[in-house]
Amino acid sequence: ASALVIAEHDNSSLAKATRHAVSAAAAVAGSDPVAVLVAGSNCSAVADAAAAIDGVSQVLVVDAPEVEHPIAENLAAAAAAAVEAHGFGTVAAAATVSGKNVIPRIGALLNAQPISEVVEVVSEDTFVRPIYAGNALATVKSSDPVKLMTVRATNFDAAPADGGSADIVAMDAPDFPLADKVKFVSAELSQSDRPDLASAPVVVSGGRGLKSGENFAMLEKLADLLGGAMGASRAAVDEGMVNNALQIGQTGLIVAPDLYIAVGISGAIQHLAGMKDSKVIVAINKDAEAPIFSVADYGLEGDLFQIVPELTEKIAAIKSAA
Amino acid sequence: MAANGAFGRVLVGVKRVIDYAVKVRVKPDKSGVETVNVKHSLNPFCEIAVEEAVRMKEAGLATEVVAVCVGPKKAQENIRSALAMGADRGIHIETDEEVAPLNVARILAEVAKAEEPSMFILGKQAIDDDSNQTGQLLGGFLGWPQGTMASKIEPVSDTAVHVTREIDGGLETLELSLPAVVTADLRLNKPRFAALPNIMKAKRKKIDAKTPADFGVDMASSLQTLEVNEPPVREAGIMVGSVDELVEKLKGDGLI
Repeated sequence: ASALVIAEHDNSSLAKATRHAVSAAAAVAGSDPVAVLVAGSNCSAVADAAAAIDGVSQVLVVDAPEVEHPIAENLAAAAAAAVEAHGFGTVAAAATVSGKNVIPRIGALLNAQPISEVVEVVSEDTFVRPIYAGNALATVKSSDPVKLMTVRATNFDAAPADGGSADIVAMDAPDFPLADKVKFVSAELSQSDRPDLASAPVVVSGGRGLKSGENFAMLEKLADLLGGAMGASRAAVDEGMVNNALQIGQTGLIVAPDLYIAVGISGAIQHLAGMKDSKVIVAINKDAEAPIFSVADYGLEGDLFQIVPELTEKIAAIKSAA
Repeated sequence: MAANGAFGRVLVGVKRVIDYAVKVRVKPDKSGVETVNVKHSLNPFCEIAVEEAVRMKEAGLATEVVAVCVGPKKAQENIRSALAMGADRGIHIETDEEVAPLNVARILAEVAKAEEPSMFILGKQAIDDDSNQTGQLLGGFLGWPQGTMASKIEPVSDTAVHVTREIDGGLETLELSLPAVVTADLRLNKPRFAALPNIMKAKRKKIDAKTPADFGVDMASSLQTLEVNEPPVREAGIMVGSVDELVEKLKGDGLI
């Protein structure tokens, strides 16, 4: 059956996570078509971007003030209307905060048990998803006529951003029965010149061992040198050293960069769940017994306050010589 | 601002899960993870939800806090934990079946219709199945607005709250009309430890015993677990002796 992917966007650009979700949806749909739902306000640039994705055959656009922001109640109404009109067998979204917010809401409208954080598509009705913070993988089979799922972006390649030429079809705005009960007030996005944490090729992450928020400046220097993003463990967030937007782990972001440098992070199960699929993991910790070393490709035991500046200096020397 | 007791009753969802500090083991027959003789606790995000509701009562915003749990007989212990933190009474919907979020939400929706709370607070996810669904499903069934992954709940009138949510890359604030469903994220609060006198007092608080059938809900799920496996083990790496050695390795891998 055909599949629908809910686009994540800010009305001007399409989030890369959506292209990963398209790949997952295509795996579920098999030879059947994949459509993308762009619900937003003045969002034609997003619709164009979605139509250009390789493998997308149709873009449904709901342009209405109620979906200017990704309000789950309104977005779910739009998705349910799209399913009713087009008979999709699957509705997928990336397992971002926004995707996790809306997919189960659709579940209540369609009476379907959603499937969270799919990491592998086994067949059109069978999927693999992590449970217990990734300490076990469950293979689950859904008998719902419409399969609703969030997919973990790091487990599916992004569909190419161009090569497609999908039809763009405007949909009538559906009823939004909760429109006057939930209103967007404000958003406060952390401004950063660094790459987006979820898709950065390099992540430099700090934990409790950093001792204070000020000490994260040391990691920022290293991250900037490597063109990477900053991350943190839940312990560092809990102690108020850094903003929760940096949290990597079961209860935060899941990342899988080419290089992950864990500094002063012991490696609690909950943190490992968020980064153990990284290609190369470097761990710097003063405790030789820290569990982070069991997943690290390169472990260096010692005082991070000496190691990090030395590492930064030596990498800087190589970069300037190159 | 909301007047005294303006929010009336607040319901809180609580779930019994394997304790967060336990290293879970997959059963040899792949049917699930070992749960026998394994320490169980109140789900940490549910604890945050209970704490928030109790603080609302302490602030004079809520009149009564009711802890609602769908789970096995032993989940009574976990309802008692919520009562020891300050919830007034409990409702235990006893079942030994697997608790699929859709079915739990159906039951909670029926409880909400009977109890008529102003707010239903849940944890954003349970740390066993990591679904992060029940609050959203519940909001959908009730037709109530939802504020998921909340780090702050602020009353703005007798009939509305501002909920600040942890979204990718920052924070978002929504205004929700009551009644509403809110799910708790980590930074909403730091849950208290129940003091011994409160633990003793909790033993005398009332827990209503119900079953899913009382609410007309069949616990069979449309999502069936075929098998549970260990995740692939990452190959052990090496310990390097110095920064120079680390730099050489990273250079060799083409990473710097």
